[in-house]
Amino acid sequence: MSIFVYGMIGWTVKFSLSNRTSAWSVDNSFAGLANFTGLLDDPEFTHAFSNLVKFTLVFMIGTLLSGLIMALLLEKGIKGEGLFRSIYLYPMAISFIAMGTSWRWLLDSAEGEKATGINLIFHKAGLSALENSWYTSEKGSMYAMALPAIWQMSGYVMALFLAGFRGIPDDLREAARVDGASEFKIYRHILFPQLSPTFLTVLIILGHISMKVFDLIYGIAGKGYVTKVLAIYMWQVIFDFQNYAKGAAIAVIILVMIAIVVIPYLIYVNKTEEANK
Amino acid sequence: MSSDLASRATQSKDISRNKKKLDGKGQFWLVFRYIALSLLFVIAALPIYIMVINSVKGITGVDQATAFIPPTSLDFGAWGPTWDILREPMFRTLWFVLQSSIISAIIGSINGFVFSKWRFKGSTVIFTTFLFGMFIPYQAIMIPLTQFNRWAGIGGTIYVLVFAHVIYGIPICTLIFRNYYQGIPNELIEAARVDGASMVTIYRSIILPLSIPGFVVVLIWQFTSAWNDFLFAIFLTGGSPKLSVATTALNFITGSGNQVYYGNNMTASLIVSIPTLLVYMFLGRYFLRGLLSGSLKG
Repeated sequence: MSIFVYGMIGWTVKFSLSNRTSAWSVDNSFAGLANFTGLLDDPEFTHAFSNLVKFTLVFMIGTLLSGLIMALLLEKGIKGEGLFRSIYLYPMAISFIAMGTSWRWLLDSAEGEKATGINLIFHKAGLSALENSWYTSEKGSMYAMALPAIWQMSGYVMALFLAGFRGIPDDLREAARVDGASEFKIYRHILFPQLSPTFLTVLIILGHISMKVFDLIYGIAGKGYVTKVLAIYMWQVIFDFQNYAKGAAIAVIILVMIAIVVIPYLIYVNKTEEANK
Repeated sequence: MSSDLASRATQSKDISRNKKKLDGKGQFWLVFRYIALSLLFVIAALPIYIMVINSVKGITGVDQATAFIPPTSLDFGAWGPTWDILREPMFRTLWFVLQSSIISAIIGSINGFVFSKWRFKGSTVIFTTFLFGMFIPYQAIMIPLTQFNRWAGIGGTIYVLVFAHVIYGIPICTLIFRNYYQGIPNELIEAARVDGASMVTIYRSIILPLSIPGFVVVLIWQFTSAWNDFLFAIFLTGGSPKLSVATTALNFITGSGNQVYYGNNMTASLIVSIPTLLVYMFLGRYFLRGLLSGSLKG
């Protein structure tokens, strides 16, 4: 099975190096790196790439922070914890094509009297200055698009951190407290360093999800130009332009970006696991 | 191990121990935490709240200005017509999702057993290639997969999706089972071996009966991810209506041009979400376990 998947990847790579650039062409001849160099000159591609970078930055930082805050608020235990936890985590169980319907409405770009969604809340609260055109604006589109993504993944990050916090023995905290350390210092110098493997895991997971993001953006904004990322562009190249070679080249780029992040991580995980044996 | 991770995350902390009288500062922080938690609660719940209240306002009852406000009376008018469109895709999805989850669970269990109890030369390397399999984006194999499907004679049938999700499910299923089986003491296996049991017999009579919770975790995980998948569904079926599944049918309903029918769209989105939401509500603990095992380690 493993051979099959890697064989498929090889096939994709072969496509990406071929001349099969339209639906009519069955020309599988070798084209070298032409498809890749062609992408660099393709303004749509560079646009999608820079969108993806913006999205990834905001999404990763936002999700990390909000998940961490959720975990910090819950980690000492509080009445009703189970309820909070399940509400924070439910977005992970729903398809983004479905949640996209709600988010499209919440992030509607109408302002002023015609405002809907979040803009309506701002309008009614007298915060008209905050009303904006969300994901339809040229500049802010990717930052707005990160909101639903943060919303969806925060619960997951919370669960990871919560598990991390609770794996730290209470005695450690007690000991520090007896020594007169303030709560802030306990977190800063004792708890957070213990959590560094969790931080790493979270970053890897969020990073690889971000690079292949598709459903989430497609569910809200379709194939719109301002929110185009690599996965969307690839889809468009294959479906609308039937350019298999170019689509495969984009796929290879996505795969390589993920591999650069993930493979060192897997090697590191294997090493620590061996060391713990 | 992942199961420990999950139980750590789900077991509410014993707070009775901390019930000593709170001083003023402690009380302030408790109130602060509740306010912050409730605020996050509202934000997290908002999209599903919008979906639910607007699905019971009838087809034309949704007004942009009052969409945040619950209806004064329940009108299920949008449910009938929406369900008529979604019924067939929903059952089709259920059918293919069940098949792909069960097949990948069985293969994952056998693989997991081999990786955890049968150290052979190169097993670490092969296992790492499996792990990386979890991170391989769908995009990387989509194009050749369509050609393979045509070649294998399953192009244009729902089996393209069964096949794709089995392939993609195997890494995570293997990982979950491997971690799970590592909790089973090696002595048990050794003892059976001394008694002359083969690996196959050991798997069948010792491992399999112990695997029920593992199977629940894996099946739920596979069910949810295959149900919610959109990329494979739209790509491998080529948008053919004969093969529409829950997410692609939903996308057809809510897609561009239909965005004004909020009542309909919200209802359709809710209907498509109900199966996975039910699973989450009743088996959330197992869902979380699957989720956390994707993280390899804590």
